Amino acid sequence: MTAPRIYRTEAIVLRHARYGEAGRLLTIFTPHLGKLRVVAKGVLRPTSHMAGHVEVLTRAALLIARSRSYDIVTQAQTLDSNVALRDDLQRMSRALYVAELVDRLSEEHHENYPAYQQFLQVLQWLIIAEDLDVPIRFFELRLLDLSGYKPELYVCLQCKQTLQEQPNGFSGAAGGTLCPQCALGDAEARTVSVAAQKVLRLLLSGDLARAQRLRLPAAVSRELDAHMRHYLPHVTERELRSAAFLDAVRATQPSGG
Amino acid sequence: MTSYSGLSGPMARLIDELSKLPGIGPKSAQRLAYHLLRVPEDQARDLAAAITEMKARSMLCAVCQNITETSPCSLCRDVGRDNTKICVVAEPLDLLALERARGYRGLYHVLHGVISPMDGIGPEQLKVRELLMRLQDGGVQEIIMATNPTVEGEATAMYLHRLIAPLGIKVTRLARGLPAGADLEYADEVTLSRAMEGRQEVTM
Repeated sequence: MTAPRIYRTEAIVLRHARYGEAGRLLTIFTPHLGKLRVVAKGVLRPTSHMAGHVEVLTRAALLIARSRSYDIVTQAQTLDSNVALRDDLQRMSRALYVAELVDRLSEEHHENYPAYQQFLQVLQWLIIAEDLDVPIRFFELRLLDLSGYKPELYVCLQCKQTLQEQPNGFSGAAGGTLCPQCALGDAEARTVSVAAQKVLRLLLSGDLARAQRLRLPAAVSRELDAHMRHYLPHVTERELRSAAFLDAVRATQPSGG
Repeated sequence: MTSYSGLSGPMARLIDELSKLPGIGPKSAQRLAYHLLRVPEDQARDLAAAITEMKARSMLCAVCQNITETSPCSLCRDVGRDNTKICVVAEPLDLLALERARGYRGLYHVLHGVISPMDGIGPEQLKVRELLMRLQDGGVQEIIMATNPTVEGEATAMYLHRLIAPLGIKVTRLARGLPAGADLEYADEVTLSRAMEGRQEVTM
């Protein structure tokens, strides 16, 4: 039996682009159909009411019709507008960064339900978090793990020795940690402090409750940011574009924030 | 054995150039190219001339960044306009739309885009610096953010608010809510809650 012409799915909208005269090409992430690119035709016309239901970061129930080129969204109903993420520049910039991570680490038509659940969890966390950078560090590591790119944090990838509790090496090229001796042989390896190693391990474990209780000193937060900036392009092949906006927004934050 | 590619040099090149335009894929480009093959000679020549002339004579207004043939543009030079207000829009077409509404008598500024982090469009890619320079002389009392109520439009409005409010200039945002002729039943919850927040006393 052929697949039904119309199918339903829940989805979170990651991004959109213009399509034709009044349409949008949506990149969406779904629980069971993976990442999809679908078209919302005519959504920009004044008579259309769909635009608000398929806005970026909105979680919606979609009715989609199969088509020869892009499948077409025929109906959309908001399940959760996540508007709290959109009314605050600091939260919005992190949410867009997280959405870009999903876009870059997921494959079209490749189901990854745990990743979808984690994505939802992190978006909700971003709404209530005080330190907004912990959720994004958490999600980076969790998504790497759930996408098959889990970084090594316990063993030297070169000599296979268990790491001592000391500053060690962290290498994007190698895929994780190196002991200090082997790190000398990797030109790009960075030194990762004991505190940062502990935080990375905690976040990678996926223990959300403990992660939410973390209070990171500014220096550790900055160190982790630098490590992930270095690490992620080895997996995503390019820098994450929304990272630049995140920096710009952080720079406008009133001091003490 | 070579296969027949079907397309000669100039035709292939025209199709290639047309498919660079937004919303025009290879099929549309082919259709347009073959259409142009059949139209009268001077129609095709007029099209080519209109394109080159537009590019040659259009420029950005040094003040508001709108598309104009003279810099500063006629709008910026109009002394009848209120120069204490600047309405910031994303695109020249937005400026046109607002001017058609005829309610506003202040000045404009065109950003030529909105902040779109995932596409790599940040404040530096937009005409933000030019806007900040206009505010240096003092005199401007209000900045009206007229970007679309999308995530990118909001990001732009919020970011510019961050930059400009510390200068002591009032930053306002266009009212968002239900368009005329809309149906409450189909409206999304964000639109509805904003419409509710922005409610006004009824005056008869």
